[in-house]
Amino acid sequence: MYAFSYHSPKTVRQAATLLGKNPDAKVLAGGQTLLPTMKQRLASPSALVDLGKAEGLSGIEVKGRNVVIGAMTRHADVATSAVVGEAIPALAALAGGIGDPAVRNRGTIGGSIANNDPAADYPSAVLALNATIITNKRKIPADQFFQGMFSTALEEGEVIVKVSFPIPSKAAYEKFPNPASRYAMVGVFVAKKGSETRVAVTGAGSDGVFRSAELEAALKARFNPKSLDGVKVKASGLNSDIHASSEYRAHLIPVIAKRAVAKATAK
Amino acid sequence: MSSATGIGASVLRKEDIRFITGKGQYTDDVNRQGQAHAYFLRSPHAHATIKKLDISAAKKAPGVLDVLTGDDLAHDKVGGLICGWMIHNKDGSPMKAGAHPALAQGKVRYVGDHVAVVIAETYSQAKDAAEKIIVDYGVLPAVVDMNTASKGPAIHDVASDNVVYDWHLGDKAATEAAFKNAKHITKIDLVNNRLIPNAMEPRAAVGDYDAGTEVFTLYTTSQNPHVARLVLSAFIGIAPEHKLRVIAPDVGGGFGSKIFIYAEETVCVWASKRVGRPVKWTADRTEAFLSDAHGRDHITHAELATDDKGKILAFRVKTKANLGAYLSTFSSCVPTYLYAPLLSGQYDIPAIYVEVEGIYTTTAPVDAYRGAGRPEATFVVERMMEKAARELGMDPATFRRKNFVKSFPHQTPVIMCYDTGNYTASLDLALEMADYKNFGKRKKESAKHGKLRGIGFSAYIEACGIAPSAAVGSLGAGVGLWESAEVRVNPVGTVEVLTGSHSHGQGHETTFAQLVSDRLGIDINSVAIVHGDTDKVQFGMGTYGSRSGSVGMSAISKALDKVIAKGKKVASYALEASEKDIEFKDGRFSVAGTDKSLAFGEVALQAYIAHKFTGAELEPGLKEGAFYDPTNFTFPSGVHICEVEIDPDTGVTSIEKWTAVDDFGNVINPMIVEGQVHGGIAQGIGQALMEGAHYDKDGQLVTASYMDYTMPRADNLPSFQIGMTNTPCTTNPLGLKGCGEAGAIASPPAVINAITDAIGHENIAMPATPQAVWMAIQASSTKIAAE
Repeated sequence: MYAFSYHSPKTVRQAATLLGKNPDAKVLAGGQTLLPTMKQRLASPSALVDLGKAEGLSGIEVKGRNVVIGAMTRHADVATSAVVGEAIPALAALAGGIGDPAVRNRGTIGGSIANNDPAADYPSAVLALNATIITNKRKIPADQFFQGMFSTALEEGEVIVKVSFPIPSKAAYEKFPNPASRYAMVGVFVAKKGSETRVAVTGAGSDGVFRSAELEAALKARFNPKSLDGVKVKASGLNSDIHASSEYRAHLIPVIAKRAVAKATAK
Repeated sequence: MSSATGIGASVLRKEDIRFITGKGQYTDDVNRQGQAHAYFLRSPHAHATIKKLDISAAKKAPGVLDVLTGDDLAHDKVGGLICGWMIHNKDGSPMKAGAHPALAQGKVRYVGDHVAVVIAETYSQAKDAAEKIIVDYGVLPAVVDMNTASKGPAIHDVASDNVVYDWHLGDKAATEAAFKNAKHITKIDLVNNRLIPNAMEPRAAVGDYDAGTEVFTLYTTSQNPHVARLVLSAFIGIAPEHKLRVIAPDVGGGFGSKIFIYAEETVCVWASKRVGRPVKWTADRTEAFLSDAHGRDHITHAELATDDKGKILAFRVKTKANLGAYLSTFSSCVPTYLYAPLLSGQYDIPAIYVEVEGIYTTTAPVDAYRGAGRPEATFVVERMMEKAARELGMDPATFRRKNFVKSFPHQTPVIMCYDTGNYTASLDLALEMADYKNFGKRKKESAKHGKLRGIGFSAYIEACGIAPSAAVGSLGAGVGLWESAEVRVNPVGTVEVLTGSHSHGQGHETTFAQLVSDRLGIDINSVAIVHGDTDKVQFGMGTYGSRSGSVGMSAISKALDKVIAKGKKVASYALEASEKDIEFKDGRFSVAGTDKSLAFGEVALQAYIAHKFTGAELEPGLKEGAFYDPTNFTFPSGVHICEVEIDPDTGVTSIEKWTAVDDFGNVINPMIVEGQVHGGIAQGIGQALMEGAHYDKDGQLVTASYMDYTMPRADNLPSFQIGMTNTPCTTNPLGLKGCGEAGAIASPPAVINAITDAIGHENIAMPATPQAVWMAIQASSTKIAAE
């Protein structure tokens, strides 16, 4: 790890000011990606702005027909939240399946979304549930937030404050893990709210999380696993690596989506 | 079982409290006064000349004590790393071994090769300074693929075609003749995937030179500290043996990878004199992936000739073995003498001919890894048996049974003479435990749920307890392979056993003490096992090849015989009886036919106070040593049966049932043996389903972390059903055969045989990852009736 300066602002406003003054600074949330990367000397920020002590960034509440989760809320807290478990059990289950216990007790929803790792779980929930990302500057709809691998709509000095998830009528997340890392190799989040069905796929796209038009079209008429029989997803635009070719990922997407729909419609 | 702590008792491991409460003392726990830290600058290229190496800025960096390169090694006349087993080509000429300097001398040959070492006050300073080293590389094409290696640029000048050796074993003419008479010939092409050992504790070293006594001490992660000292003294030239002490304290797993004498350990001990400070290095995990010797990596074509009744007539095998960029310590013998002599398996095969080409590539050196040659042989034999049975329309169990060796001793056409075994007994028990007769029902049940079920066998044999020194010497080994032991009895009857074996997970502190407790009739807690320090144990050959029981304990047994014999002499004076009337049983020396007796501890005291005899009659004290050189290998064997269920939608293979029946001869501690079998199977399943080192075409190791290298985890494994049969080994005093590698040897072909049974064709390579299995199902000409 290289030397860096460390800042622990008490408010989001202070954090934004610090980020403005230090163009090479990085925001430290749970640190589950950033710190290992720095230890391996693959990242060398001049400064870290730690949000750990900034007020008003953690917590889970229901506001109207939305579940609102503070950016610094840990995965373990989402996984075990009675509020989330009641309103959007699929989201609690997703959080409970991220990484390992150490990661879940440090990693945060805001950090995961801001990092937009192409194999992260949370982006699929944000996109499929049509969540709104609330920053210190504005509200960003999910469809505009994710802009490709490790890239988001966040601007310089912009910090995620909370994420607001509309409560769906039915939803589920299913992932096929990479055998080695156990990150999502294909993760599919399906959600139905009123007449709208959204399907978001993580782990598979070479440009990060994406909505699958084919699957959404197939599920629009009837939100049922059988609706996905015979549905094919194109391999173009999908990742290819030693664990899975783009063709294999393309094959897995409807298979995993079908399992997700089955889970969402069970009971 | 003679007692609750004797031979055959599942005594809880004495060492576990220490390990599981964090009180183990590993090499990285060793910190010497004034210690500095080493960081190795490694090659980012698979193959390059070093046109310029500028260390001047690094030398001036904060905290840096010195920056050392291959030039400094040459200046100090430090020799290169050695390969200790000479292999000869078919034409009798010696293998082509390129030089292996501990730090590069003009050329790097794999990603991770050692370019320079920075020694600094702290590890971070050393790492920072290494970034200031300027290397001008002349990049050469990488040589990654064994099939095209001969066309690539020469990695070593001595081997222009990148072939280390072209070796063979067996009777070519007899084999060809048998093939001419064959009714059926089964052919198979196999890849034995390259593995990375991944011991939990990475390699580490602390070199410490004492300028006052001129003694070097090396603390290191070694399975064989005496062999390390021998090589570092006699070949590399660090210091004569009496001026070099090697200590291998607690070692957290080896699997073969800690047998070898590596660059980093060599450099740390040498550099400690150069900089006048103790020098420490501990590998990080990526360094372990890059620079620990890898395992396996064979490409094989094999053919089996059978007659019209399914009797095997002959077997011929052609293998290319990847040896990596340099010949590691024992690398040359692994695909030759540890491989080809096992190709007879459990079968009576009249003629065998094997050809092996050892190939240089620009990849990490490849050497012994759990099983070392025998897993590769077993994979060839057992994949072949399954395929042949299928082609002949015979039940695979029946085909094997028909061809089993049934009388002993059995001389194979490939060196080995099996002393004993009962292969049919293991097969019968395994079939019963696996409920083989109801497999069809289970397959139908799986099909109802859209799953493909398959069953696969592996009837393995291995050669353990390596081995008679004269025999291995005649085959090219540079060392003898005996073991030593010294039994020191203290005046109150407690015992220290000094052994040349080394425990790095095997539980020697328990099993060796069980032998002593059993033989001397003393409390197991009165026995201490001392190992891993060349200043304490006079000499030893270390632990690998499942030899600690059959060779190491045999040496202890011999020393115990001498202790008891001496004890009888002491007792005869103390009890005032004739030596021939003294009996020793259950820890007491007694005069036959009388009630006069002394406990073992009382006799020990008599030996040390020496009041009842004169020095002219008997030497005081009770301490005996022994060297044991086996007369043969031992031949553990067994049958493993794997049952898998495959999800054709995803290609995920789930191991539903695992039956392991092993014949390890006599067993000291069944619980520890079961643990060894469990660990071995886990590694074998890892090889079959998950693990695989992957170099890209430029020679970059893609699987250099756990992000991409798949280790088996608990949730990948079933609960194993373990059974045992016992035909005691006839060539060692305890009847032991060895159990450390059996699981890893037996299991890969069982898994692949089960998968190929499930998918209905033979074309699947290891590791059979979900993607590989899914692709194999897509390629399947006959879609299985899963619907």
